[in-house]
Amino acid sequence: MSAYADPINPPVDLLTIEDLRKSFPVNRSPIDWMRRRPARAVRALNGISLQVRKGETLGVVGESGCGKSTLARCIVRLYAADTGKVTFAGLDVLGLTGSNLRAYHRRVQMVFQDPFNSLNPRMSVGATLREAILVHKLRPKHAVDARVAELLDLVGLPRDAAGRLPHEFSGGQRQRVAIARCLALEPECLVADELVSALDVSVQAQIINLLLQLQEQLHLTVIFVAHDLRLVRHISHRVAVMYLGSVVELADTEDIFQQPQHPYTQALIAAAPTLDPTRKSVVEAVHGELPSPLDLPTGCPFHPRCPFTMDRCRTEKPQLKLRADNHFTACHLIDD
Amino acid sequence: MNGSNVATPTSKPAPVLSVQELRTVFHTPRGVLPAVDGVDFDLYPGEVLGLVGESGSGKSVTLRSLVRLIRAPGVVTGSVRWQDREIMHMSEDDLREVRGAEISMIFQEPISALNPVLTVGEQIKETLREHTNLNARELDDHAVQLLDLVGIPSARQRLQSFPHQFSGGMRQRVMIAIALASNPKLLLADEPTTALDVTIQDQILKLILRLKEQLGMSVILVTHDLGVVAQTCDRVAVMYAGRIVEMAPVVDLFQQPRHAYTLGLLNSVPGSGANRQPLLPIPGSPPDLTALPPGCPFAPRCSYATDACRTDRPSLVAIGAHRLSACIHHDQLALPREVKS
Amino acid sequence: MAATAAPAITTTRLRSRYRPNRTLLAGLCVLAILLVLAFFPSVIAPYSPTDFDYKAILQPPSWQHFFGTDNFGRDVFSRVIWATRIDMQIALFTTLFPFFFGSIVGAAAGFYGKWLDSLLNIISNIVVVFPFLVLVIAIVAFLGPGLTNMYIAVSVVGWVAYARLVRGEMLVQKQAEYALAARVMGFAPARIIGRHLLPNVIAPSIVYWMTAMSLGILLGASLGYLGLGAQPPTAEWGLMVADGKNFMVTAPWIATFPALALTIAGITFSLIGDGLADLLRPRR
Repeated sequence: MSAYADPINPPVDLLTIEDLRKSFPVNRSPIDWMRRRPARAVRALNGISLQVRKGETLGVVGESGCGKSTLARCIVRLYAADTGKVTFAGLDVLGLTGSNLRAYHRRVQMVFQDPFNSLNPRMSVGATLREAILVHKLRPKHAVDARVAELLDLVGLPRDAAGRLPHEFSGGQRQRVAIARCLALEPECLVADELVSALDVSVQAQIINLLLQLQEQLHLTVIFVAHDLRLVRHISHRVAVMYLGSVVELADTEDIFQQPQHPYTQALIAAAPTLDPTRKSVVEAVHGELPSPLDLPTGCPFHPRCPFTMDRCRTEKPQLKLRADNHFTACHLIDD
Repeated sequence: MNGSNVATPTSKPAPVLSVQELRTVFHTPRGVLPAVDGVDFDLYPGEVLGLVGESGSGKSVTLRSLVRLIRAPGVVTGSVRWQDREIMHMSEDDLREVRGAEISMIFQEPISALNPVLTVGEQIKETLREHTNLNARELDDHAVQLLDLVGIPSARQRLQSFPHQFSGGMRQRVMIAIALASNPKLLLADEPTTALDVTIQDQILKLILRLKEQLGMSVILVTHDLGVVAQTCDRVAVMYAGRIVEMAPVVDLFQQPRHAYTLGLLNSVPGSGANRQPLLPIPGSPPDLTALPPGCPFAPRCSYATDACRTDRPSLVAIGAHRLSACIHHDQLALPREVKS
Repeated sequence: MAATAAPAITTTRLRSRYRPNRTLLAGLCVLAILLVLAFFPSVIAPYSPTDFDYKAILQPPSWQHFFGTDNFGRDVFSRVIWATRIDMQIALFTTLFPFFFGSIVGAAAGFYGKWLDSLLNIISNIVVVFPFLVLVIAIVAFLGPGLTNMYIAVSVVGWVAYARLVRGEMLVQKQAEYALAARVMGFAPARIIGRHLLPNVIAPSIVYWMTAMSLGILLGASLGYLGLGAQPPTAEWGLMVADGKNFMVTAPWIATFPALALTIAGITFSLIGDGLADLLRPRR
């Protein structure tokens, strides 16, 4: 079915996340203190548990405030998670320091969203790639330039790109450079945080194809964080749907898109505009606004907007449970 | 009377907006930039016309040129006839009458389009004061009605709120309320939902469609999202390098595109059911408008291009019922690769 | 490479890579002349700056004395030339320490934040409250007049402006994605600050440095005028203006030519600063 390799069978967990939590405290002004307002925090991650399997592409989708970017950054240790556990190939990621941490960075890399900001504007492409190779001592000095040329080939850029500065490239080309930078470290796992969102549609397809190809060639595991459902559906083996800091559903891609179990997933899929103009709907997929992570609803985070809310939903937060083959959902509705 | 001619029962109503040879050129230090390079189209009452294209296609500039929102170093030429009046020749006073009263515009980023130091109520009433002569209490009532109309709960209290106190989707609703304050006949929407989340985007688009029906407006919607086009538009104009390259009813466009660029766009967007297959991207990148090659601007990236394409610039011609295309190979194009959903 | 054709790179004209910057070139040319005068004054200047000639007091400009003579019979032209060295030194030494120290402190405060940043804030708030000239005069008055003490006084007060500039820029760049990418690459903080952040935050500081140089010369002139800077009989433009003030009606050339020299030097640094600002602006 797929043109590219499927993840290895039987599945091996490469990265395991257990009950990960992260909050960002909001500064209390003296006036808040005088008015005895309690200290508030943006509760970005509220107990995330996931496994990422070796060789797969795991899509992570959600809207603003769902925490998917925070999750990505916690995985690569840009943020320090508050509590929880992240295990990578047996290592306790959150506790790594010093040279162990650097070794972890070699194995798990991240590509950022904004092609216009993720490259140092004053360093040439070649210098950026050389630095990555040399700092991690991946090649002897005399072999570095050859490796840089190799990397540029790998991402489809001409060899003379090495001498040029980022501003001389288009958005799509800069993303290629960013990918090359990650690949210079020969990682096992790539976290892509909105890899193509800032690119034109026709260029997005080029970069997605590149990603699929590189994954096949280099046996990468990819965590693809995005808000574009169509894209995620196209390239992921499994998809995790996040809402306000929790995973509400996790399953194989086609399972989730054809038989979504969680009301939020259903709403998300219904809301995403389809490319078929003969199928138009006039009914809104879901009413209400996205709550802010500053004021999380009690119980299930989706209950204020859910058409099927029960009393239990307001008080008790549902847990992510296995419902069908490889299909996990966090919803009280299905418990009954 | 036309004697022997039988009156066709399905004759089209007269267009409310007629654009001809619209050109917007920017004189920059790097050179002359033809952002809009000869755009012609008509807009009929009650329809939603989509202007779709990628960055540099000229869709946003076109929209702004329609109501003369372009400032120096941009120069707009051509003809824009709104209900039998020529916008390009109007005086400033007449233009201001038309803008806001008959033609309204909403933008992509409500936080920058709304005045942060005025309450929402003030901003709505400002528009009302300009274009109606209601007294103070009537102004308030009307403003409340508008906020209700766009689905903002507790409308009367919210009149006193400032823009930053609303969420993104709510701000967009406020902007729509301001735009609708004077009952316009034409709504220009410049990427109104690009900055919004999917579920909120869905709400706003359906709101716009509902209001269009309710108030009898026409809408020109600028977007780069093909899904939005499929779900909201009746007719679509595809733009590339400042020109319209194809125009068709939406179903026809998606089922059988008649321009190589449209076909390329549809093929490069992932559909369902073909997971992890390579997409068919359009090679290259959008062109540099200051250095366009002769001939068709899409030729460098087109797999159907022949020498004829590279020498003469093809014009937008009628190729069938309500369909226009600027592609000389329009009848040789393949169908979009997958059934989209 | 499957479905992608090799994308064409935007053509780079050599001109656009190294933007010719007329402002900068003009400033550098004049600076070169000033430096030649500073290093080799005796080549141009016909007289010694301190030689008295009582037979030629208060002479207007002539072929023997291009800028005339002052009330001691000293050749004004030679004095102006010789003063170039002193004033260039003033420009340099009033700004060198503040630039380096201020930039480093600002970068560290912006990067690490916490107590260092709070400390910097407190110090800079205190310093900013007082007029710069008043503070400098106070310190010089305390230490005693003379160029060295002037350098110390200006350095003690002047570094704060650079620190604020760099700190502000650092706060912004610290969050830029290329800085985050460097962290995810596993680079050490020293490398991130030195190789990635510093080149991107230092530009406003460098431009300010150029402006400060011209201000420094003027400051030296002001202090010289007040008798707190260079001490007579040193030839220094500010001092010469101060000496010449008593003769503005009878022998205006004594003050005018040094003043012109001050102006030219000030404009030179201004041009260089503007030119650098343009050159260092990051291309997007």
